[in-house]
Amino acid sequence: MTANVISLNGLSVGSKDSLTKALESEGCSSSSCGSSDAPEDMDPATWAKVKDHPCYSEEAHHYFARMHVAVAPACNIQCNYCNRKYDCANESRPGVVSERLNPEQAARKVIAVANEIPQLSVLGIAGPGDSAYDWRKTKETFQRVAETLPDIKLCLSTNGLALPDHVDDLLDMNIDHVTLTINMIDPEVGTKIYPWIFYEHKRRMGLEASQILHERQMQSLDMLHERGILVKVNSVMIPGINDEHLLEVNKEVKKRGAFLHNIMPLISAPEHGTVFGLEGQRGPTAAELKKLQDACAGGANLMKHCRQCRADAVGLLGEDRGQEFTMDLVPDEVTYDPEKRETYREWVAKEREDRRNAAAVAKAETDAAVADEAEALLVAVATKGGGRINQHFGHATEFQIFEVDAEGVRFVTHRRCDNYCVGGYGEEDKLELVIKTLEGIDTILCAKIGDCPREDLEKAGITAIQDYAYDYIETAVSAVYRARHGLPAAEIETA
Amino acid sequence: MPRMETRMALQIIQSNCTVCGACEFECPNAAIKFESDTYIIDPELCTECKGSYDNPQCAEVCPVPETCVPA
Repeated sequence: MTANVISLNGLSVGSKDSLTKALESEGCSSSSCGSSDAPEDMDPATWAKVKDHPCYSEEAHHYFARMHVAVAPACNIQCNYCNRKYDCANESRPGVVSERLNPEQAARKVIAVANEIPQLSVLGIAGPGDSAYDWRKTKETFQRVAETLPDIKLCLSTNGLALPDHVDDLLDMNIDHVTLTINMIDPEVGTKIYPWIFYEHKRRMGLEASQILHERQMQSLDMLHERGILVKVNSVMIPGINDEHLLEVNKEVKKRGAFLHNIMPLISAPEHGTVFGLEGQRGPTAAELKKLQDACAGGANLMKHCRQCRADAVGLLGEDRGQEFTMDLVPDEVTYDPEKRETYREWVAKEREDRRNAAAVAKAETDAAVADEAEALLVAVATKGGGRINQHFGHATEFQIFEVDAEGVRFVTHRRCDNYCVGGYGEEDKLELVIKTLEGIDTILCAKIGDCPREDLEKAGITAIQDYAYDYIETAVSAVYRARHGLPAAEIETA
Repeated sequence: MPRMETRMALQIIQSNCTVCGACEFECPNAAIKFESDTYIIDPELCTECKGSYDNPQCAEVCPVPETCVPA
């Protein structure tokens, strides 16, 4: 395996020495260096749990990486959006995986990844199959990893049917994040999603299946909440089946203490071989998803930065380096080297403090310079992580979308696209697709962009700016906003 | 053709098997083992779950139809 280098905001880090030097040369502009206080709307205990978890904190997802291992492929329910035979290295969606590991292999792989990717903070077991059903394998994997890497957060994703039987084990292993997939709170709706479940040694069909599943899911949510374990609820949005119903699900899971609700669009195509795919059931459009998310305002907090990653994904959300860590590339014996991760964490603590302070300063400047009723803007950002504008336009495989108005800068969503620039050359037809992806976007911020794509974007009404290369996202987006409303700001020139 | 009384066993159709291992997990007789990339049922140990459950557990839990079938 080649030695990977951390590359964030132009800071390339190969060793503790070089990272420490970089830290020293940057100095520390914040008064509370090293600490990172909870945001105003979160209690400190909860913040301590989520601050390094990329799936539970939008802010953390700029800094921390997760990995999944597929160790428990058996499942106790059948879902119409899942095909248990599917396996493809090029396909990115939940439940898809290319290799299944035993707990010993999985633990070895986690160490290999931790040695190469210092951003790694979370190990998840998320399918294919149900992590709580064949619990022996999930438990053994977690125990093995905890022995070597006690600071890795362990989390699992489950349908909840078997979970109530293992909640005490979760507490023993200090697991404080569980994702429950809940697609309905009305068993009648469930009958259109779940043909059967296997429960207490019997296959149960139809309404009985959904009734039991629903009761066990609610029991899981209640038990987890009572024990202080944070619950993220994942719901697959299936137009015509549970789309309107998910509003009720959102209210119910909030009432029962869910920390976050992640409404994910159904991914469905005939070639996936799923019941929905073969029946021609479509997924929702981006607009339909947005409408439902907006309608859920006031209910459970929504996760909007989910990338619906593969069950064996490795890396920051939005990137998947799983192919670098297939089992044939993992040595038979690996020794954990904590140095890179420790150094990275020190660096992140300072970096996110600086970023938050910079965002606060930018917000104050905006408050002073822009009228409250000024119109909101949507700004796309090309980033490789770290909360900075640090990616070449042509290398972006997704753009993070931020909305800015007088209230401040908010992450809205991400939009995926193929990278336009391949092997140093931009392809015109790909650029067209990228421009389509950016529909409705006012400005795109990137580290660099060529003249041709910049002009084409301009023709499509999108301003591309590279002057904020390596700046913090919030600072730059605020500056764009102030510039747009005709008020004096830092010198801004379009690239 | 009527099955012989002595052969109380199921078998796994390998071309259908997703190798999820749910059958191994549920088998009350430990009759199912993972061998050379697939699961197989030991006919000496398989009782078709008679005396244990109403239906053979491997066939009940298997996600693919017609995969755990009478041998």
